[in-house]
Amino acid sequence: MRWFGKIPSPADLAAGDEKAEAALRRTWSTPTGVLGALSTVDHKIIGRRYIATAFVFLMLGGVLALAMRLQLAFPEARFISADRYNQIFTVHGSNMMFLFAVPVMEAMAVYLVPLMVGTRNIAFPRLNAFSYWIFLAGGLLLWISLALDTAPDVGWFAYVPLAGPQYGPGKRADIWAQMITFTEVSALAVAVEIVVTVFKLRAPGMSLDRIPIFVWSMLVTAFLVIMAMPAIMLASSSLILDRLVGTQFFNPAEGGDALLWQHLFWFFGHPEVYIIFLPAVGMVSAMISTFTQRPTFGYLPLVLAMIATGVLAFGLWVHHMFVAGLPRVGSSFFTASSMAIAIPAGTQIFCWLATLWDGRPIFKTPMLFIIGFLITFVIGGLTGVMVASVPFDTQVHDTYFVVAHFHYVLIGGSVFPLIGAIYYWFPKMTGRMMSETLGRWAFGLIFTGFHLTFFPMHILGLQGMPRRVYTYPPELPWAGLNLFVSLSAVILAAGFLIFFIDVLRSVRHGPEAGSNPWNASTLEWAMPSPPPPYNFRHIPVVESREPLWTSGETLPVATGLRLDRRELIVSSVAAADPEAREASPADSIWPFLAAIATSIMLIASIFSPWAVIWGAIPVAITLTGWFWPKQTPEDES
Amino acid sequence: MKIAPACVLFLSGCAGTQSALDADGPSALALENLIILFVAVCGIVFVLVMGVMAWALVRSPGAPDRPRPQTERSMGRVVAGAVVATFVVITFLTAASFYATPGLDRGKADPPTILVRGQQWWWQFTYLDPDPARTFQTANELHIPVGTDVRLRLEASDVIHSFWVPNLTGKQDLVPGRENALTLHASKAGVYRGQCAEFCGLQHSHMALLVIAEEPDDHARWLEAQRGAAVLPADSEAAAGKLVFMSKPCAACHTIRGTEASGTTGPDLTHVGSRSMIAAGLLDNTRGSVAAWIADPQTLKPGNNMPLVPVSSEELRQLSAYMKALR
Repeated sequence: MRWFGKIPSPADLAAGDEKAEAALRRTWSTPTGVLGALSTVDHKIIGRRYIATAFVFLMLGGVLALAMRLQLAFPEARFISADRYNQIFTVHGSNMMFLFAVPVMEAMAVYLVPLMVGTRNIAFPRLNAFSYWIFLAGGLLLWISLALDTAPDVGWFAYVPLAGPQYGPGKRADIWAQMITFTEVSALAVAVEIVVTVFKLRAPGMSLDRIPIFVWSMLVTAFLVIMAMPAIMLASSSLILDRLVGTQFFNPAEGGDALLWQHLFWFFGHPEVYIIFLPAVGMVSAMISTFTQRPTFGYLPLVLAMIATGVLAFGLWVHHMFVAGLPRVGSSFFTASSMAIAIPAGTQIFCWLATLWDGRPIFKTPMLFIIGFLITFVIGGLTGVMVASVPFDTQVHDTYFVVAHFHYVLIGGSVFPLIGAIYYWFPKMTGRMMSETLGRWAFGLIFTGFHLTFFPMHILGLQGMPRRVYTYPPELPWAGLNLFVSLSAVILAAGFLIFFIDVLRSVRHGPEAGSNPWNASTLEWAMPSPPPPYNFRHIPVVESREPLWTSGETLPVATGLRLDRRELIVSSVAAADPEAREASPADSIWPFLAAIATSIMLIASIFSPWAVIWGAIPVAITLTGWFWPKQTPEDES
Repeated sequence: MKIAPACVLFLSGCAGTQSALDADGPSALALENLIILFVAVCGIVFVLVMGVMAWALVRSPGAPDRPRPQTERSMGRVVAGAVVATFVVITFLTAASFYATPGLDRGKADPPTILVRGQQWWWQFTYLDPDPARTFQTANELHIPVGTDVRLRLEASDVIHSFWVPNLTGKQDLVPGRENALTLHASKAGVYRGQCAEFCGLQHSHMALLVIAEEPDDHARWLEAQRGAAVLPADSEAAAGKLVFMSKPCAACHTIRGTEASGTTGPDLTHVGSRSMIAAGLLDNTRGSVAAWIADPQTLKPGNNMPLVPVSSEELRQLSAYMKALR
């Protein structure tokens, strides 16, 4: 068998193409109908679904934020009870972190990474389907609990002993901990898929130094997920055991330790920030290259900076615990390491500025969001340097200063690039463009609303307003700014509303996009929009970092994959030399059924430990169905 | 651009009650200076970076196909320089942090020690003394002498709380099963508001405290007065209130030294009439608000641990008179 034909001329390709394409379509298509929708393993369908679901959670979380701002608009307001408020801020935080930010970034990768590395599906596509369903179940668990007034009320950080059995009665904290389990399983599964897809399924010739920066960012992110999630898994499992089985991991009266929880939680929780931020670094790098029509400046520094960020991310969790009374020497170390992360962050910023400097900026909506990102994220990064300092932090920790800081980092650092990315990749996902006019309005309102909402919170924090309070007394000088913030939040919400309207409208009525509307350089733009089920008619061969700019319309291609079976090229890790043909699993209903069985087991376990035993039986049955070997005809080649 | 007006705000406008920018002690002052330093340095950095960005965006760019290797090299040098500059700024700010840190915990040989215990949702203060008979407890209002270090031992009996009086010093958590410490030092007499900073459950919002810094003489007088047991009220309404207090479940949760009430669940009420606030900073300590609190603690501060004890309006008047008489 030969891997490379001679580079075929367009005429050669056209000859057998009609038939080949029909065969590919037959092989890779998802059946229509409900059963097809439930059993598809197409990364594009799952990715779109995942992204859309995460955005629904963003919208719901935003509604909660508005509810909080209503309550805080006036001192001693009584719109929302203390109990309800605590549920709302807990669900808002948990939702935004676990159901929106991490999943949406991974979902973007599920959609984009296979396209960008030039393959036909993600690695482990059935696991991919499973991870979506389990994520959805975790999200529903949290939101249904809020609708039933039994939502967690212990904060998204769920500190013990408040979340422990003694002070967190009822099932609220259990629901929180189990929701975490769902999202852990989902996030870990996707992370593994991404790592394997990037390392083993890259198009021939896409050596490590030709991987698009977005793909690098998702690779580093996936490793962060793989290393950070077990810590929270350990924490949430121990919490569940304390609550349901009567272990005493966190009970100081019985030899447990309340701070153990914080160490485990933040060992996950700080890398979590970079799990959310690094994909945005990749998105910005991709977009800034397209909207300056220049390769992003500093490929190697950017990649190294992302890896450095990933490593350092594990060395600074203690800065969340500066006021917990830890030994001073330790705190000094964590001050230094927290400060140090500004260096890779600065490197990234400077590389982007250099790209802007050298290129010809094109002010389309995604570019506007990049500029908004740069302004906002620099402020967030600088206040990050402030809270990294132990003495500074003793004044602002757990105040609105921190609320302001992390919204600058998370919204400025991730959501701005993400919305830009939606405008940017929307044509590739739907075949249609979003509206440039609405895009400008959305950007203007979101950017203005954001800064008017969150900048004053810095001042409120320095004025002594603690966070997580459902009300505050009128005699303190906070009322004016709080009202201002609440009104500004409406502007921010209006911007998001326009964005959502634009998305819904453009899905059906946007102008058709064509394969490469922005004249971008990476492989996902080498196919029609939206991509056919098989992604690439011929697997491309990559010869540079910007294949579409250097090779133009006629990418060299690899041949030799079968048309009648789902096959992928498996390539070597470093040089991406083709090594083997690998069958890619067919559609299957079993991942969906396995997700249902797993969800029932996890949710029932909140109420009885026996659910773990009995619930394991349907899980085992569905997993058996999933992995049951199917007779395949002998490979004749 | 956004930072510049903010700086002005930071430096002047936002001083006020319970503000980190209104320091009245050496530690808070060191922190305030550090905050100003950080804001100034970071503000300059922000302006520089934004200036470069704006310039990059508006300058007329060269043709997209002009030769690049040269610009690549010179931009590389500029970027490397900027990274080095970042490193220098970060190192400077780290050093400044270390320099300001000792101010937080200024250990003095043997300062007076007060045990602070965080409870859901109020503060218990125990003034320790080598002579156990002179040790006493109070709640929600911490009296300290001006011009001297006071050592706080921080403990929590239920969940994690955080002791924070921003005008005097940075916050420190109270963690069950551990003991933390904090040094308070007020430079001048005054009343400083503080508030629990770590989310501690339903009424986290209503867990305030007052630190009352007074001249050493006043403080000594206050200490002597507090050490004494409650005086039997002369006023007949208050005396009747005492009987109500002792016959109702009140006595099971509260202590009034000098009486048989010795409950430990709620705040010590021995001299409650002399405090300026009740319910952890929620209400002024007037007879009306005391009566309102007793009549309906759950509407005023929903979910707090004080049950509704049914009393007649007559008894309510007597109880509030008694509370105010406990001075």
